[in-house]
Amino acid sequence: MSDLNKKSLSEIVNLIKTKKISSLEITNHFIKNIEKGKKLNSFITTCFEESVKNAKNFDSKKNFDGLLSGVPLAVKDLFCTKNVKTTAGSKILENFIPTYESTVTNNLWSEGAILLGKLNCDEFAMGSSNETSYFGKTINPVGKDLVPGGSSGGSASALAANLTPATIGTDTGGSIRQPASFTGTVGLKPTYGLCSRWGIVAFASSLDQAGPMTKNVEDCALLLEAMSGYDQKDSTSINKKKENYSKNLSENIKGLKIGIPKEYRVENMPKEIDNLWKKGIDILKKSGAQIVDIVLPHTKYALPTYYIVAPAEASSNLARYDGVKYGYRSKKGKNLIEMYENTRGEGFGDEVKRRILIGTYVLSSGYYDAYYLKAQKVRKLIKNDFDECFKNVDAILTPSTPSSAFRIGEKTNDPISMYLNDIFTVPINLAGIPAISIPAGQDDQGHPLGLQLISKALDEQKILNIAFAMEKNIAFKQSLNRWWE
Amino acid sequence: MEKEKFDYYIKTEKNSWEVVIGLEVHAQVISESKLFSGSSTKFGAKPNTQVSLVDSAFPGMLPVINQYCIEQAVKTGLGLNAKINLHSIFDRKNYFYADLPAGYQISQYKNPIVGEGLVTLDMPYGSKKIGIERLHLEQDAGKSIHDLSPDNTFVDLNRSGVALMEIVSKPDLRSPSEVNSYVKKLRTIMRYLGTCDGNMQEGSLRADVNVSIRKKGEKKFGTRCEIKNVNSIKFMEMAIDSEAKRQVELLESGKTIEQETRLFDTKKNETRSMRSKEEAHDYRYFPDPDLLPLELKQSFVDNLKKKLPELPDQKKDRFIKKFKLTPYESNVLVSEIDISKYFEEVIKNADIKLAKNWIIVELFAVLNEKNLDIKDSPVSPKNLASLVNAISSGEISGKIAKKVFEIMVETGEEPSKIIKEKGLKQQSDPKELEKIVIKVLGDNSDKVSEYKSGKEKLYGFFVGEIMKASSGKANPKLVNDILKEKLKK
Repeated sequence: MSDLNKKSLSEIVNLIKTKKISSLEITNHFIKNIEKGKKLNSFITTCFEESVKNAKNFDSKKNFDGLLSGVPLAVKDLFCTKNVKTTAGSKILENFIPTYESTVTNNLWSEGAILLGKLNCDEFAMGSSNETSYFGKTINPVGKDLVPGGSSGGSASALAANLTPATIGTDTGGSIRQPASFTGTVGLKPTYGLCSRWGIVAFASSLDQAGPMTKNVEDCALLLEAMSGYDQKDSTSINKKKENYSKNLSENIKGLKIGIPKEYRVENMPKEIDNLWKKGIDILKKSGAQIVDIVLPHTKYALPTYYIVAPAEASSNLARYDGVKYGYRSKKGKNLIEMYENTRGEGFGDEVKRRILIGTYVLSSGYYDAYYLKAQKVRKLIKNDFDECFKNVDAILTPSTPSSAFRIGEKTNDPISMYLNDIFTVPINLAGIPAISIPAGQDDQGHPLGLQLISKALDEQKILNIAFAMEKNIAFKQSLNRWWE
Repeated sequence: MEKEKFDYYIKTEKNSWEVVIGLEVHAQVISESKLFSGSSTKFGAKPNTQVSLVDSAFPGMLPVINQYCIEQAVKTGLGLNAKINLHSIFDRKNYFYADLPAGYQISQYKNPIVGEGLVTLDMPYGSKKIGIERLHLEQDAGKSIHDLSPDNTFVDLNRSGVALMEIVSKPDLRSPSEVNSYVKKLRTIMRYLGTCDGNMQEGSLRADVNVSIRKKGEKKFGTRCEIKNVNSIKFMEMAIDSEAKRQVELLESGKTIEQETRLFDTKKNETRSMRSKEEAHDYRYFPDPDLLPLELKQSFVDNLKKKLPELPDQKKDRFIKKFKLTPYESNVLVSEIDISKYFEEVIKNADIKLAKNWIIVELFAVLNEKNLDIKDSPVSPKNLASLVNAISSGEISGKIAKKVFEIMVETGEEPSKIIKEKGLKQQSDPKELEKIVIKVLGDNSDKVSEYKSGKEKLYGFFVGEIMKASSGKANPKLVNDILKEKLKK
């Protein structure tokens, strides 16, 4: 059944529910794809034996109640999975096997999904190219020499190459939307608090949010529905009723007001990005939406603000990796302090160390007010910008990234240029609001480009609907020649 | 009682120095489970058996506030007459140590749950008010055990995450005995409220002691040193005394005091430097992003206020007014809630004046000697009331009562049973007593003559002989009446 590679998540769910295919058949199909896709290095861990056992178990019981009945899925290796190694892309957790399951993955298994394996990512989700992983860089199926983006680069790569029918990532500053944009897939960062953070290896707690990565908008709605929900184990989880995003999906967006922020027209933005944006605006107009110019005056402060808040929280969140309780411990060192220094010196990669240093610095006494406190104030202003805009518009349209996928190694020695890649995605995390990236075109080399739709908190249905309508009109086609097989 | 004058100054040839003390008391909150996890807080369990994934800081674990601990902190705040902050924030205090699994302690820094309050101490020189600066909630760390192996340190995380209240006083304390009184007062208040058991042996109550000195009459504070983690009131008093003297010596020899953290060596009775100001940790406090700010409703606080028990100061006033006790007696009887309960139980059916003396003198002596809590007293309040009643009704004399009491302590039996079985009932039949008197006087006719010729001292001798003849049971008043009557003739 080679055309299985053309099937979306929703279609696979239907095939299983209508008994046209068994869970075992579809699971074996993806296992075969994963085995043939090793060149992409998108997986850190596979658990095929378990997957096959679970698929057989599903087929013997045939419970079709779940949203994801019998569907095999791979997830970013930042989600703790019970009895399956969870590394966060770091040497320091190289052999860490959790005894517990993250709430979000548990929600997927409760809806009938089956774990295929754990996907590569930037170390502790710190990176925009998947090059900081201790387990090696992941390749973008779009081109042998291209990064898949990051930090959910393994997820995006595996999805685009059909090694998993859908996947989940985490997004702290763009880690779902940027790789989605680089690989021609759909990625959504939900409202902060919509998906539980319990059991997800923390990077920056006030920004981290799990979200779906899929081949199309319908799948995105379905997966978001499955993974989200209130969790009392996460104090920042939002206590509200679960939404039926997939059932309520509608392409009717007539009369919706879409804001276009001029601040996102950054200097030196490639012409093709600008053209893509215009194309998006035209499509929205054709669909009956109304285009409104808006201002988000504090946008230019978002990146520096993010690179203070995120490292500050990370420096504290990563203090627990000290060699005392679990994970890597250096054999060198004569006393506790030396053991710490060697463990963390050997266990963390350069980008993680860089951010721990920045974070430690901005929280230090004497610098706290000038950096961290000021950053929090600016963060509030950025949020206010969005609040102001959403009084007048239903959603905002921007490009997802300032460029298409860059080449492997191109930015590794230039952190600032790497950080600039998050310029359109970071403000959304700072404001805690949802945004979706959808594939909207290609550059002159045929590399995919994405557009981003942003809404106010908890308005996921609205941006899903707009994305759904745009998707129909854009008719994005990506045919990969499966060069990696 | 005549009021003494405050006189704790360190006097040298040149100067008289005043000691200024502020306390940071760490009080373990009484709660079944920890501040941010469901693990048990029970003391004395096997190492690392009361540890959840949150307490040991596994990847992806998140804290969830235990509402009961919040209630306990608010109740304590109310007991300290303090302002309750409806908005407070949990911060992370970052430092590396093997028994701090997350690499940070969740505490409250700029916005504590309780603000300024006031505690009143009864000192021999009058009552003294001590200001409370704040009370905040924080997690305890685990325990590092260094002496089990020459090469390794072991870590027990049972205590990791247990809720503590840090109660910070203003620098209002001026002597070791004020500190003694202050800590005991805090402990009494918290025990009344049921918010901290105050058990210092188990580490439920410990303090960091800030000490500085200044010349008597000086307004400006001196440079302070902080003595970390002192775990008994006696050691606090010793540490303050020795630290103050160290500071005096330094200043009088022309040196300066460095602000630093010190440790108290209980064996040598001296403090020594732990780390200087330069070596002080930079804790990089910032609001914990895993926890939302804590917002309390005024109605939540009001409800707790309504349910507060009668506090020691209120109880003391009531005892003075209602039972005509002296302030001293009242203080003693309210110092522990169980003592006050015992007292009130006894006086339900017994004479107050007799009862309070029996509790304060006889019962306390026994409890002290046997090292027992009043809760475990071998003499129940009901039995003590019966004993008191036996005295006031004249059934037994005070002297016999002591004998009965001794037996009650040993056996826990009711006094009436003991009196009956041992035949200790007071002899109050005048005819019987008259017989004894006549016999004693007859047996000692020579002494009777001496008495009558002026040797009046012999009166006591006759009483003694009569009591002996009655095995101590004769009603002393009746004996007196009859004897006087007989000796007149």
